[in-house]
Amino acid sequence: MQIRMRLNQEQVELDVQPRVTLADCLRHQLGKTGTHLACEHGVCGACTVIVNGQAVRSCLMLAVQAADAEVTTVEGLAADDAPFSPLQAAFRKHNALQCGFCTSGMLTTAHALLTAEPDADRDRIRSVIAGNLCRCTGYVSIVDAIYEAGEAYRVGERS
Amino acid sequence: MATHGKSGNRLVGAPIERVEDLRFLRGKGNYVDDQSLPNQVYAAILRSSVPHGRIRKIDKTRALKMPGVHAVITASDIGADVPVIPIRLQPLPEVFPLRQPVIAVDKVRYVGEPVAVVIADSPGLAEDALEYVDVDIEPLPVVASRKASGTDESLLFPEYKTNLAKRFTGLKGNTAAAFEGAHYIKKQRLAVQRHMALPMEPRGLLADWQKHENRLTVYGAGKVLFFNRRAVAEMLGFDESSVVLIENDIGGGFGARGEFYPEDFLIPFSSYFLGRPVKWNEDRRENLSAMNHAREMEAEYELACDADGTIRGIRGHVDVDNGAYVRSNGLTPPRNVAQFTTGPYRIPNIHIDVSVRLTNKTPCGTYRAPGRFEGSFFIERLIEIAAHDLGIDPIEMRRKNLVNAGEMPYPMATMQHIDPYTDTECDSGDFHVTFDRCLKEFDWDNKIKLQGKKIDGRYHGVAAGCFIEGGAAGPRESAKLKLDADGSISVFVGSSAVGQGLETVMGQIAADALNVPFERVKVFHGSTHYLREGFGSYHSRSTVMGGSAILLAAAPFKEKLRKAAARRLEAPEQQITLIDEHAVAPGGASIAWKDLAADDISSEESFSNTKHTYAYGAHCAHVAVDPGTGHVEVLDYVTVEDVGKIINPLTLHGQVIGAVVQGLGSTFMEHLVYNEDGQLLTGSLADYVVPLADDYPVIRGVTLDDYPSPNNPLGAKGAGEGGIIAVGGVASNAVENALSSFGVRIEELPLTPPAVWELIEQRVNAGNAKI
Amino acid sequence: MKLPPFEYASPGTLQEATALLAKHNGEARPIAGGQSLLPLMAYRLAAPSLLIDLAKIEGLNRIEIGEDGVQVGAMTRWCQIEAEETLTHAHPLMREAVRNIAHYQIRNRGTIGGSLAHADPAAEMPALAITCDAEIYVTGARGSRVVAAKNFVVAPLETSLKPDELITSIRFPRWQPHRRWAFLEFSKRRGDFALGGVALHFEEDAQGHATAVHVGVFGTGETPGRLAAVEDFVTGKKVDAALAHAAGRMARANVQAASDMHASEEYRKALIGTLLERALIEAATRRTEEWKSCKSA
Repeated sequence: MQIRMRLNQEQVELDVQPRVTLADCLRHQLGKTGTHLACEHGVCGACTVIVNGQAVRSCLMLAVQAADAEVTTVEGLAADDAPFSPLQAAFRKHNALQCGFCTSGMLTTAHALLTAEPDADRDRIRSVIAGNLCRCTGYVSIVDAIYEAGEAYRVGERS
Repeated sequence: MATHGKSGNRLVGAPIERVEDLRFLRGKGNYVDDQSLPNQVYAAILRSSVPHGRIRKIDKTRALKMPGVHAVITASDIGADVPVIPIRLQPLPEVFPLRQPVIAVDKVRYVGEPVAVVIADSPGLAEDALEYVDVDIEPLPVVASRKASGTDESLLFPEYKTNLAKRFTGLKGNTAAAFEGAHYIKKQRLAVQRHMALPMEPRGLLADWQKHENRLTVYGAGKVLFFNRRAVAEMLGFDESSVVLIENDIGGGFGARGEFYPEDFLIPFSSYFLGRPVKWNEDRRENLSAMNHAREMEAEYELACDADGTIRGIRGHVDVDNGAYVRSNGLTPPRNVAQFTTGPYRIPNIHIDVSVRLTNKTPCGTYRAPGRFEGSFFIERLIEIAAHDLGIDPIEMRRKNLVNAGEMPYPMATMQHIDPYTDTECDSGDFHVTFDRCLKEFDWDNKIKLQGKKIDGRYHGVAAGCFIEGGAAGPRESAKLKLDADGSISVFVGSSAVGQGLETVMGQIAADALNVPFERVKVFHGSTHYLREGFGSYHSRSTVMGGSAILLAAAPFKEKLRKAAARRLEAPEQQITLIDEHAVAPGGASIAWKDLAADDISSEESFSNTKHTYAYGAHCAHVAVDPGTGHVEVLDYVTVEDVGKIINPLTLHGQVIGAVVQGLGSTFMEHLVYNEDGQLLTGSLADYVVPLADDYPVIRGVTLDDYPSPNNPLGAKGAGEGGIIAVGGVASNAVENALSSFGVRIEELPLTPPAVWELIEQRVNAGNAKI
Repeated sequence: MKLPPFEYASPGTLQEATALLAKHNGEARPIAGGQSLLPLMAYRLAAPSLLIDLAKIEGLNRIEIGEDGVQVGAMTRWCQIEAEETLTHAHPLMREAVRNIAHYQIRNRGTIGGSLAHADPAAEMPALAITCDAEIYVTGARGSRVVAAKNFVVAPLETSLKPDELITSIRFPRWQPHRRWAFLEFSKRRGDFALGGVALHFEEDAQGHATAVHVGVFGTGETPGRLAAVEDFVTGKKVDAALAHAAGRMARANVQAASDMHASEEYRKALIGTLLERALIEAATRRTEEWKSCKSA
């Protein structure tokens, strides 16, 4: 089926089979391999992308369901040649990643959260990213990083 | 971060932000499924749904008729001699008959065993076609438990005559004499459940056979590339030089990723068979039954003590449910539990027998701190029980039995009938320092007042314990330094990256060794291209071994710089000094290193090691138990570890905290459940549950480097596993202490809410307690 | 775990959707948020030939709060219910139930109608509907009907929907202003399917005795259900700690439960007893105007 979507601020148009999830479409048809697949049954959160402002699991959404939507992947959080966003910088500073596989989903989830709720406290952050599995960090550094990045969202420096 | 290369470079020990993060945080990592080749096709693996059976027939006809299907490969396509997975660690010839064929030949022995490979135009089509491969398997009696295995009524390998794959024994002193007349002897059953490493990224491979170049390239390798290259080359009958293994970014290893699995042959073979690149991505469902399982062990130990708590000896038997085959490192956990159960404690008399038993389950391998997590659970439980029985403060009992600094190096039990690297000893340090520091950080003196108390309906408990962490396995590791034309330095290491920040840590060591800015060093790893040999990342060895090799390579590298500069500057070589990326002659004349690059400034050295390192430390836990639900909240968890030399406190701290949380998963959640018919019930991440962000919010870690290892030039000890080792014992002791008013006795993990509730309920029903 | 092949349609009207369902006679499945259906398909436990996406049909995602109750469109997402502040008073039990559902990303896609149609025994929404005597509004190719919640879920993952029928909305009866309520569930990790859960509400008469007692349980057996014996026992009595304890014992003795790999029958029964006792105490002690978060563990 022919669909269009706005992906990381760019209009894209493509032909996609109904059975293809948004995750596979992003990864293999649109080259956005930063979106990772670690369970493909909606439990781990690694494939989280932002659709129309909301964090969603892209393995539990068909690409055709994203027709005409605004989609942001991890690649859309900061331009290639731009410095890190405050969120990315906070992840690096706090060593909030090791193997990097859950990281894209953590970043997209946190970005959607802080955009909607810049005042999110640590408990709220923990409860939201409880939908994202990380096997390396034990989460402590991730919560610290997201909490610190909240400051930038409160003053409106989002990128 | 601005770091400069003036003399006195101090990158080692500094919290350098990771270079890996620059790509990961932009979604620009290169994991194996991120990579594609023109003309590639996709593999899906048909796996046995029968735990034990004889294959009568495999009919490919219907599958081959499916559109987009290119091939269905079974054992008969591979040839008369289907290769077996080599045993990398403890390669004992007597267990060779128990090695796993890379594809089921005439029998299947566990649910998940590969039976056929389907190759198609897309992953979806390949998966669709699996349903159309008709497999007829005659079921055989299933061996689904250690007990059933022990009866030998149904044999996995009838020609082996028994399901007992191997027995190990750890010995020291004379246990018979030690137990004779002991004031106190405690016999106790203790068990750890089957669970697994579960790295975030499932495995994946992309194999590319180029016939005309006579070259096989395999992407997606990891951990032990050189070993696996030799293995796959031998299996395919190629020269090693025709095979290149490439490590992409890897989404976590924890011991399981990167070992040689059936697919490490099947996917390269498929590419060879079809003459096209073949890609395979393990999905999570198959990952749960295909990747190594771990840790299913049951101990029956006896501990003998004097009245004052001095431990006289330990003896007993450990039964290991190994699963269906002996895989590449499957014997490591059982051998380790024999040698390392006693951990940091001075136990002069040891006799531990370990039986490795075959069952119709997924084969086991190593998972972070193999055999050590299990052994620590056993010994910490035994000491806690003994202390309570003897009326001694458990802290004092541990202090009394901890090895003292003056006893270093302290030998571990001697292993019988095993590999050449068996004798080992704790190398250096003072176990009392980390124990005392941990108690202080934890605020033990105050928290102990809560012991067993019921507050707002929940019972509070605390516990503390100690551990040692072995590291730095030999035999050696290689590193190569090369001066590039732009003056930067390329560092090639044989260690592998599995997400632990290897590029950063190796870069710090190399930059310091050469006194150059961090940014001038580029670290390359993960290709069999780069070096003559390499040994990889396991046994907490990559930093110690690879880092030491870099230090060794730095000396000849500098010598070559001086030699080249001496020629150019016409000064005596021994008078050339190397400062600030320049070579300077006595009169002040100097030349930039980059201007010497044409002289082929490079060096390659390897660091050999026969002695392991032993980091060590202590853990403390404070829990609250809800008797109504069985839920355990971990209110505080503290670990203190001395690692000899800290290279990067930021990355080390991250690994420590992460390891603790994995250990809490092992203690309270994770369980691969099989039913009596040998079917794996936990087939999804909704059923195999691991810690989430809101489960264990308070984890604290302190890392020290007061006592360097004498066994390597860095002084470093293997680290990264210590955070997990003592968790099972310490956390479960805290739970038992919390429930002391009920008199519960914890014998096995995991302590899921239903399991904890059951412990309480049994005591209540027995009339021994009231909630 | 790639999805099996299927066709996809995204009709603009209910009539088109139900006509497609009728035409495919059981082989087609409607897809709302897809948060339950797509995992089933990834495991190939479901392989419909056609997915009918309901996203383009207008008017299915409204929350209408009126004098006679709260009508929630079938395509209403959990995040909408979370964000609807007026539900704090209009149906606090519903908001609390939704807070317990899965995780953030799932609540951004999952819908109330999808959850009801999926009918997982451990899901919150079917239990809430049964506890509150909600009515399920259903439309099919042959007309519309209203199904009482207690008659809707018939077995695990099975409802009384006919193959050509869709849920259009769920109506919850008017929430009484001074009603007492609680929703407690317990799972191994927060957000997992419950090992057991309790939803309850009751009123108090002039003497402070409980009337109109509704007690629903879920996660223990094949379908969610009410605990009639406990409702009868509590009715006419003052809810205090002693009564709650006795009611909990009664719940433990009366509830139907099954063993599986996660928990034994005995555990589940005892858990329901514990949760019911705690829920009654929480309901009795909460000041009605106060809406506070409450967690089971």
